[in-house]
Amino acid sequence: MPPPLIAFAHVGKSFDGGRVRAVDDVSLEVGEGEFLAIVGGSGSGKTTLLRLANRLIEADTGTITIEGADVRAGDPVALRRRIGYVFQSGGLFPHMTVAGNIGITPKLTGVPADEISARVDELLDLVRLDRAQHRDRLPQELSGGQRQRVGVARALAAKPRIVLMDEPFGALDPLTRDALGDDYRALHDRLKLTTVMITHDMTEAILLADRIAVMRAGRLLALGTPSELSNSGDAYVGELLRTPRRQVDRLNALLPRGGAA
Amino acid sequence: MSLFSDPRWGEALAHLPDYLGNHVRVSLAALALGLVVSLPLAIAVRHRRVPRGVLLGFASIVQTVPGLALLALFYPLLLALAALSLAWFGWSFSAFGFLPAVLALALYSMLPVLRNTITGLQGIDPAILEAAQGVGMTPRQSLFMVELPLALPVMMAGIRTAAVWVIGTATLSTPIGQTSLGNYIFAGLQTQNWVFVLFGCLAAAVLALAVDQLLALIERGLRDRSRVRAISGGIGLAALVAATLVPSLARPPSSYIVGAKTFAEQYVLSSLIAQRLRAAGLSAATREGLGSNVIFDALLSGDIDVYVDYSGTLWANQFHHSDIKPRQELLAELKATLAQQNVTLLGELGFENAYALVMPRARAEQLGIHSIADLALHAPTMSIAADYEFFSRPEWTGLRNAYGLSFRAQRQMQPDFMYAAAASGEVDVIAGYTSDGLIAKYDLVVLDDPKHAIPPYDAMVLVAPKRADDQALRSALAPLLGKIDIATMRAANLRAAGGDGASSPEAVARWLWEKIGQR
Repeated sequence: MPPPLIAFAHVGKSFDGGRVRAVDDVSLEVGEGEFLAIVGGSGSGKTTLLRLANRLIEADTGTITIEGADVRAGDPVALRRRIGYVFQSGGLFPHMTVAGNIGITPKLTGVPADEISARVDELLDLVRLDRAQHRDRLPQELSGGQRQRVGVARALAAKPRIVLMDEPFGALDPLTRDALGDDYRALHDRLKLTTVMITHDMTEAILLADRIAVMRAGRLLALGTPSELSNSGDAYVGELLRTPRRQVDRLNALLPRGGAA
Repeated sequence: MSLFSDPRWGEALAHLPDYLGNHVRVSLAALALGLVVSLPLAIAVRHRRVPRGVLLGFASIVQTVPGLALLALFYPLLLALAALSLAWFGWSFSAFGFLPAVLALALYSMLPVLRNTITGLQGIDPAILEAAQGVGMTPRQSLFMVELPLALPVMMAGIRTAAVWVIGTATLSTPIGQTSLGNYIFAGLQTQNWVFVLFGCLAAAVLALAVDQLLALIERGLRDRSRVRAISGGIGLAALVAATLVPSLARPPSSYIVGAKTFAEQYVLSSLIAQRLRAAGLSAATREGLGSNVIFDALLSGDIDVYVDYSGTLWANQFHHSDIKPRQELLAELKATLAQQNVTLLGELGFENAYALVMPRARAEQLGIHSIADLALHAPTMSIAADYEFFSRPEWTGLRNAYGLSFRAQRQMQPDFMYAAAASGEVDVIAGYTSDGLIAKYDLVVLDDPKHAIPPYDAMVLVAPKRADDQALRSALAPLLGKIDIATMRAANLRAAGGDGASSPEAVARWLWEKIGQR
């Protein structure tokens, strides 16, 4: 097994002067090229864990290493420029065009304008948006799915090895969500990315991720491939895994086989 | 004569380059200073609750101070600072006119800029701020690339509010010696020249609207990233400044400045003095509408060269004497006090403009009132009106104590309306001015002061310390001394209040010179 690209070791984080333990002694490693999904309900600490990785939040205890180096050793701004981050519902800058949003990180590091422009075109192709049609639009002129594609393109602009995604497809309609998930997984494989994606949807996690981490009340409850998880003795994990299966059974019962679906 | 064929429109227009130019200069300088101070302050305190509260609270308090008072307060403040600077660094500056006006107006402009900048910055979606951090922006990059552009519409709304406020309030900078469009309004109110008042208000409103629209153009340009709009708005502002600067730069600076307080007689006398100086080949300009608290200090510091004051006013208000001396004694003592301050008392003009209790002649005769002593018996059933300062002046205390006066009611009003109020019976008695032409016009009578409770108010010409040895000035003004008797001054004042084309201070001053020049 290659050395882990991201490693959390006994990481803890509290809010409100210690009253809320958002992340409680979590240890977890993500290997190079791996696609890890973190699953949990609201308040489980999954978003906090993700933000600790690029120092949007600082950990209270424990150590986080990225590419073998302690994240606290370097400059947080430089760290964030190295890591792609896809925000919930896009987080696009409303006063910048699609091209401006996608090219923002290279612009911050002083890449020449013509190089950025070429890179923006390349990325628009990558996330399957029409260059001519979308380049100069403002975010509010796009659909939810298009906005999220721009969000992915922006995260990839500085050619990061790591992409962190915070419920990237949560607010989209099921069809768009499915298409976007598949497209991203293909990009992940093609660009040899290492991805950590947060979701509250177990089905999405099972379909996209190599391994799944289950979090509850700040603690890491289980970690493994979907089939490893299905052997877990934990009641909550079992319940999480049974839900999609139950839905499939009910759907199969309700929908006529060989029909339009 | 129809409203628009009135020759005073033309006269008002002739002053426009000077007044408008000064107005634009003082307003834009104040606005620029206000922005330079407020924007960084707002950015610095936006995340800190306590300093933010203190700053906004301070700006709100400044806002509650009436504009006129704020402007007037800056004058003594700067005067004290100028004195300190002279004592410590051997370098002084003028506390008169431009500087106090700019500082007070800049302070006045701060609240809308601070409040809207803070509101605009705080109103940004936290998810956007996190995204800015997440894509690798430094706090500074986040501020300039994300926060300020997003807050811009709200900030610009504040800047536009500030611009309109400053341009409107700048009309009040006339009494502290800053020429502005307020000169029309102050002069118009004093000389009942409603054309001037209207012209001043219209000019200020048009200027405010023009600046507001240019700022709106810049705002839209910045928001829509339309260079054309932003630049044309900027060019518009620059053109406005240039257009108002050019004529005042092209004009030669006047070497002699004649001051005038805020009433009609002063406008006429300052015009007369300026005309005499010009007739003697000297260049002269008037600085009108100066507050009586400002004008003597302005003379001391040389910001104005010459003006007419009244012995009783100097005695009681400037030198804070509460006792009242016989006329010659008072004049002698005054002359000595003035000499100590290096102010030259060039001489008296020949008339007095004293406070006097005045009432309708018919009513006075009916009640058998000839003097203030007679009035004291009827006073408890009567009301009295006076200008804004009379009731707080030592003369009023002196009068009340001397005659045991006690009125049913006291009212303050604009001096021009007092006489009409007395004539119509709106009030019973007014504290008028002996040289006012309206006394004769409304058939009012001046009550005797047998106990001499009111000090003498001889009109006298005062000359600034730096002009003490100026023979040209002395000989130009010598023909005026002792030549203007009370009847002539009343007639002149009545003309000045005439409200027609011949009532401008310049025209009345020419008429006055014709009358006295032959003597």
